[in-house]
This record gives sequence, C-alpha cells and structure tokens, in this order.
Amino acid sequence: MSEILVLCEHRRGALREVSFELLALGRRLAGGERAVCALLLGHGAAVLGEKLCAAADRVLLVEDAGLDAYDAEPYLAALEAVILARRPALLLVAHSAVGMDLAPALAARAGLPLVTDCLDVQLAQGALEVVRRELAGKVGARLRLAAAGTHLVTVRPGCFPAAPQGGKAAAVERLPAPDRGSRRGRRLLGYADLALGDVDISAAPVLVAVGRGVGKPENLAAVESFARAVGATLCCSRPVADKGWLPKSRQVGTSGSVVKPKLYLAFGISGAYQHVAGMRQAETIIAVNKDPSAPIFEVAHYGIAADMFEVLPALQARLTRAS
Amino acid sequence: MNTIVCVKLVPEVADAELVLLEDGSDIEREDLVLDINEWDSFAVEEAVRLKEAHGGEVTAVTLGDDDAEDVLRRALAMGADRAVRIDAAAFAGTDAMGIARGLAAAIRGRPFDLVLAGAQAADDGWAAVGPMLAQLLALPYATLVVGIEVAGGKVRVERELESSCREKVELDLPALLTVQTGINQPRYVSVMGIRKARAIAIEQSAAGALGLGEGGPRASCVAGRRLFLPEKGKGAQMLSGSMEAICGRAAEIIRERVGGVK
Repeated sequence: MSEILVLCEHRRGALREVSFELLALGRRLAGGERAVCALLLGHGAAVLGEKLCAAADRVLLVEDAGLDAYDAEPYLAALEAVILARRPALLLVAHSAVGMDLAPALAARAGLPLVTDCLDVQLAQGALEVVRRELAGKVGARLRLAAAGTHLVTVRPGCFPAAPQGGKAAAVERLPAPDRGSRRGRRLLGYADLALGDVDISAAPVLVAVGRGVGKPENLAAVESFARAVGATLCCSRPVADKGWLPKSRQVGTSGSVVKPKLYLAFGISGAYQHVAGMRQAETIIAVNKDPSAPIFEVAHYGIAADMFEVLPALQARLTRAS
Repeated sequence: MNTIVCVKLVPEVADAELVLLEDGSDIEREDLVLDINEWDSFAVEEAVRLKEAHGGEVTAVTLGDDDAEDVLRRALAMGADRAVRIDAAAFAGTDAMGIARGLAAAIRGRPFDLVLAGAQAADDGWAAVGPMLAQLLALPYATLVVGIEVAGGKVRVERELESSCREKVELDLPALLTVQTGINQPRYVSVMGIRKARAIAIEQSAAGALGLGEGGPRASCVAGRRLFLPEKGKGAQMLSGSMEAICGRAAEIIRERVGGVK
C-alpha cells in the first residue's frame, strides 16, 4: 500500500512541535498497513532527521542550500519531485504559516486535491474523510474527498498528541535535491522578531483578556480598571491588537504569545483557534461572552453567557469586597 | 502601480444563532447580515494606499451572485476604480481550485503589477485560493502578509509566522500577496459613500466567456459535505442565574483557584 508522507517543519534549527503531531496522526492513519515517512527538507538537516526516527518508519531527507529555511519556490520544486517519484496516498502538512503558504500552491502545481485546516482525518478503505470548522468555528463540516492517487491535507496544530522524539528505529534515506531552474522570483531575506512590550504577559499568574466584544476603544477603560482592581495583567485577542487598541505584545495566540497562567479571564473573546492555541493551557479559564454558541465555551472551564459590561462591575465588586 | 484585489461577501456570524438546513448541506442564510470578508477589507485598503502612494488603478474582482455587488461597491467606495463580478452560478459546488480558475480567467489579460487577496475567507476558511491563483497566473506570491513596501520593480513584504516572528521576503513584480488582518486600519466608508459608488458600472464576467474547460468550473475534490453544530458550551460549566448569583459563584471559583486576587 502506498505510504503516508509527513512534511516536517523546522525553523531556526529546531523542529516544530506540530511535526510530531502530524507523525502521530500519520501513524494512526497508517493502521499498521502503510509506511509513515517523515519528509525533511533542509540543509545540514541530518541531525534533525535523527529526532524523527522514533516516530516514522522512514526519514526522507532532501538536502540543498536553498532548502535551509522555508522558501516557497525551492520547497515547491522539491515537494513536487518527491510526490511524482513516490506517489504517496497522503501528504500531511501543518496548517501553519508555512503550510498555508505552501500547500495550496503545491496542490495547484502538482494537480493534487487539497483539503485544509483539518481537525480530524480518517482513512477507511482508501476513502479520505476529514472534519473541519467553518464560520468562525461555529459550524462543523464532515467532508468526504473524491478518490485520488495522492491527497494533500493540512492539519490544524494542537489537534493531536505529539509522537515521541529521538530513537534510532528508522533509516534515513537521502533523496535527490531539486533542479534549481525555473523558479519564480521570490527570495527569503531573513527573520525579524517583534520587540517585547512593557509587560511580559507570559509571566503573569492572572490574566484578564479582552476581545472584539469590547466594541470600541473607549470601552477598554472598564476592562483596564477591572484588571487593575483585581491585580491582573491585561492582554487581548487579535482584533484588539489589529485595531491598535492594545500593543501587539499584549496579544495572546499563535502569532503572539502562548500563556499558561493560573487564571485566565476572557471577556468578549469568541475563541478563534489561533487565540485558543495561546491560552488553552491556562489552569483555570473563565470566559464571558454574550453569544452562548461562541467557541470559547468549548475550551473554558467556566462560562458566563452575558454582556461583559454587566459582568465586569458586578464581579469586581464581589472580588474586592472584604471577605 | 495597478492592483487587482479579490474580494468576497460573507455572512457575519459573531453573536448569530446559526441554524442548519435539515439535510445538513448548509446553514440558514436568510437572516444573516452579509459584509466584506474581514481579510479582504485590509487587502482593499492596502491596494488603495498603494495607489495613493504610487499612482495607477485598483480593480476589485469578486465571484458571487447579484448580492455580491455590495462587496464591490464597498471596495469602490474605499477607493477602487473598477469592479468586476464573475457570476457564481456556474461555479456552484466547486472547490478552492475552481474559484481560483474563475478568478484567473477574469484577471488574465488585464494589466496589473500586483494581485492582492485576503489570507482567508471568514466563512469556509480554506485559505487556499490566493496561492492557487498565483500558480494559475504564474506569479511569485507570499501569504499572511503584514507589511508591504514597493520599490524598483520589486516588493518587500513581511509574512506573519508563529510566536511573534516575521519572515522577510522579496518578490519580483508582478506578484500576488495574501493579506493578514492588522496590516493597516481600513478606512471607514459611509452608507452614503457606498450609495455614491452605484454610479460606477460593474463589469460582468460570465463563466462561459472565461473559457473554463477541464471538468467545468463545478468540479470539486470534495465528494460529500455534511455540516453539524458543535455542542454548545461543551467543556465549560456554564454559570447561570441572576447576575449577582453568577458573579458570586465566579468570585468563589477565582478565590478557590488563586487564593483570592490582589
């Protein structure tokens, strides 16, 4: 039976956690009948390949100076060649900043059917079924994919427990580097890290987080004064930082900070998965949102379906009252 | 600097109680308010700012039904010069690749330096059409862009990666970029402004005239699709009762967990 390929992501010399999640998913889908191959594109990446050995039947290594860091054109050329040569049943890619950039272009270039941002994937008698979310996470969708030789699937990070690292079980196999011709004009120049803000939100034991539900910047004062009164640090979800109402350094989520406080109080946050990925490890999460079907209530321990501006003063009074 | 910007009309679902059709094929859409896809509003703003800085024209393109002309009028009110609608009827049931083929056919042959699109659509969220369109138009591309600088026939962009990290990329023009939210502050347009944009004719582009072969525009890699509503508040213990009772209980929980605050 044809194999399952897992594209393993790395950045600045380290494998990304999601690669091990995809390998665990690949192992489950293989059901002992198919080989699971960890596919690593890089330059001097054999040391990373060794970390993948326990989680894969084979580690496939494509090495070239142009593959040192993710760069769309050399990656596309390398992946297209690997797919043509091996015809895997499935190529699993993370729905990450790399996967979102790469997978749709690869699908178009190699003529592969693509399904993105999957929360679950099933492979039964060769038929591929996936579970996705639509409409800001409020609706689930089960999709059955039309039969095809190779399916390309991107998987949401954080949906599967990671496979173990290290081990020596699998063999590392080197594949030829891609042809360097016919590349379209895109060049990676480097990385830049956003400056840290005035406060390190990832160090705060109690966080008060505010989202789109705050409505307008004038309303932020009510949340700020609540946070001050209860001794919490203020942070936010993406829309609040996008609008410039709070600095980007206060943003919790995939593209901002991952936080693990003792207590996370979320006000007016709907619970986009990019935000949830940044706060789901909080010890206790209490969410306030006037929409009872907001996805934040899937991850919160306690939920209050009410107007945040009614909850803020009432809760502040309760918390600051001498006990 | 001529820019083509791809836009989509989507339902607003925050705070909406969504109801499924009985056969699970879709949601009830009648009562939902439609608006420009949030990512696309940032893309239109970026296109208009590039025009203001470098001259040229902005053309907004959408694939949709008659109602979708609203999203084009919004783009025109924000500063786009032209608008093109590809009629969606022929694309019913197609996938991201089908949409990309339709857009590519409508864009091909028009003069442009840059194609902009939102990084994803708020409704089905595939985040796939942009890079597919780039392949069909044989353009260099970059996704999740949070900064654009055009100079000397090239564009330097910053892509948003995970954990407060950005990737700097240089592309030769013409190129395609998909825009992440927060790249700018989209300008406010009044209802009056949108109404005024009605004076600008919207160019109609039918699928038949676009010469789409290869399985027809309806082809899809998805053979079956069934929607479901995730269980409400699954996981969370919902606090109920009067506001006083709810906040009393919440305060107790907070005291238990962090030994009180302050």
